[in-house]
Amino acid sequence: MKAVDPDTTTSPRERIFSTVSGRTVKELYTEEALADFDPERDLGQPGEYPYTRGVYKNMYRGRLWTMRQFAGFGTAEDTNLRFKYLLEHGQTGLSVAFDYPTLFGYDSDNPLSYGEVGRCGVAIDSLADMEALFDGIKLDQVTTSMTTNAPAAIIWSMYLATAEKQGVDWKKLSGTIQNDILKEYIAQKTYIYPPRPSMRIITDILAFACAQVPRWNTISISGYHIREAGSTAEQELAFTLRDGIEYVEHALRAGLAVDDFAPRLSFFFDIHNDFFEEIAKLRAARRIWARVMRERFHARDPRSLLCRIHSQTAGVSLTAQQPYNNVVRVALQAMAAVLGGTQSLHTNSLDETLGLPTEKAVTLALRTQQIIAHESGVPNTVDPLAGSYFLESMTNELEKACLEYFTRIDAMGGMVAAIERGYPQREIQNASYQFARAVDRKEKVIVGVNEFVVEDPGPVDVLVIDDSAHERQSAKLRALRSERSNERVDKGLTDLKRSAEGTANLLPPILECVRAYATLGEICDALRDVFGEYREPLFD
Amino acid sequence: MKIRVLVAKPGLDGHDRGAKVIARALRDAGMEVIYTGLRQTPEQIVNAALQEDVDAIGLSILSGAHMHLFPRIIDLVRQKGLDDVLVFAGGIIPDPDIVKLKQLGVAEIFPPGSSLDEIVDFVKNNIRKKQPGSGPVKTQP
Repeated sequence: MKAVDPDTTTSPRERIFSTVSGRTVKELYTEEALADFDPERDLGQPGEYPYTRGVYKNMYRGRLWTMRQFAGFGTAEDTNLRFKYLLEHGQTGLSVAFDYPTLFGYDSDNPLSYGEVGRCGVAIDSLADMEALFDGIKLDQVTTSMTTNAPAAIIWSMYLATAEKQGVDWKKLSGTIQNDILKEYIAQKTYIYPPRPSMRIITDILAFACAQVPRWNTISISGYHIREAGSTAEQELAFTLRDGIEYVEHALRAGLAVDDFAPRLSFFFDIHNDFFEEIAKLRAARRIWARVMRERFHARDPRSLLCRIHSQTAGVSLTAQQPYNNVVRVALQAMAAVLGGTQSLHTNSLDETLGLPTEKAVTLALRTQQIIAHESGVPNTVDPLAGSYFLESMTNELEKACLEYFTRIDAMGGMVAAIERGYPQREIQNASYQFARAVDRKEKVIVGVNEFVVEDPGPVDVLVIDDSAHERQSAKLRALRSERSNERVDKGLTDLKRSAEGTANLLPPILECVRAYATLGEICDALRDVFGEYREPLFD
Repeated sequence: MKIRVLVAKPGLDGHDRGAKVIARALRDAGMEVIYTGLRQTPEQIVNAALQEDVDAIGLSILSGAHMHLFPRIIDLVRQKGLDDVLVFAGGIIPDPDIVKLKQLGVAEIFPPGSSLDEIVDFVKNNIRKKQPGSGPVKTQP
């Protein structure tokens, strides 16, 4: 008889071991977990179908991921200085955060903007602000990601018009607009118009970009906000990719050819605390998307099959209690994003549960990425965890769960229909409530919050946003309205409304309004007049 | 009588995860909860509190505009004679602001990481129970 190893008799610490999303994890994974696994079919080679191992052949040996810190506050002039600071410190791409009035298409002097101007991002009211935002930054020398959704067509038009003024050819512009309205209804809630006209604006953007701005990433299909709103990892995966399917279907219906626009779609995922689940999620996303694009949409261009990923560490995982612990959380999450094969990454700052990050905190977050890139050795080989019984089995499980969601949503008539009946919203509400309860019962431990609590962790610097942005923006608006040709603005807005009532592409008339220095609020209002405004029903 | 709570989202931010979780926790604890939905002005919130004859108003905000919006809400609460309505709040609110807001009359502010039970207990133990007939005089908004 074999002697029993004393370790094996230790009783488990938990009744059930599970991921942060509640997915059960077994004690041990062996080759049995991969009985149906076919490495050739399910993994392939990096840079080859189904891209589980990564979208590029040599991944980070060729080029590291883009380190892209999201920034924006105050006026365009304030944020312009932060951008220059970040570029000088080795950041490789810009990412613009807009304030709430800008996200909702209100001018800074609208009464609804009270207290919000320049607070959570930069205030942009007109082309004049966009010109100031990129003053001294040549737009063919940077790639710019802009987190704008409901007014994306207008903000992007301002960027394009700024490029014109700088003498930069649109064909040389590269960057991303988030432009993912479906997740706004599902999670982030910065919508303006109802879903159906919003989908029309998006297909207009896709068509315009194909013809005129070919290197632009037209939609960053986002799971980040879905996860932050409380979804599980599999819901994030499923709703995000199903949103992607919805955009493709609408574009095809509008008469676009799949290989003309699909290569410019990209994805944005949240990287939460559960290390292996997050790596598996990114690997599963690539495989599912490649298969969907090939099998469901018959894409032929290999670039149409690529799920290119931007990731951001999970803001919701940060704690206000003992905030320096957040540095460690962010480092682990960033490591998972890199092991998952992300193309770009934003690392959160330790103080983001308290306010916008200070310069010191942002620098530390950027350094975290640089340490992973240059010191940890992790980027030296492609997809180092492939073949792990546990990781491959988790990847398979997430794929299966995601496909089950696809079946349910397809049966409802697609994502717009599912959203209209509150399906993804309700799924997320339930998951977030269950998680909050699990934390209350200490079934899920959050260090410093429900365990290892200390009373006074000491002070942390908090960035104070001064209140002058509102004044400064309002003054600029008054000057703008008296200096510009209001006749040209009125004509532009009238033409835009006429286009909106018909079926013509909205980008040319929007661009004309922007060039005439119509304000964001004026342009959005013109479209509100035609499309109406969305009000969320209560989905209890 | 069930405790009636208005859960409200002032400001422009769309972060409704916390508000909805709290609404459900209060409801599970046996309270009557009315949720305003997003992007409510101080006037809309206080009018809703008046119309719904609530015992408490829970404010959730993550946009950073709390120092502009909360004082207005407190003012309006007083103007409308709702002095016996408990006002509590949660969201991304830095410590120095918490001190100031409490001085203004916000009864409690729950930072990120607060437990649901703690919030439920706080509401239960702190509403200023109205005697029948002594509630605010209803006025047309």
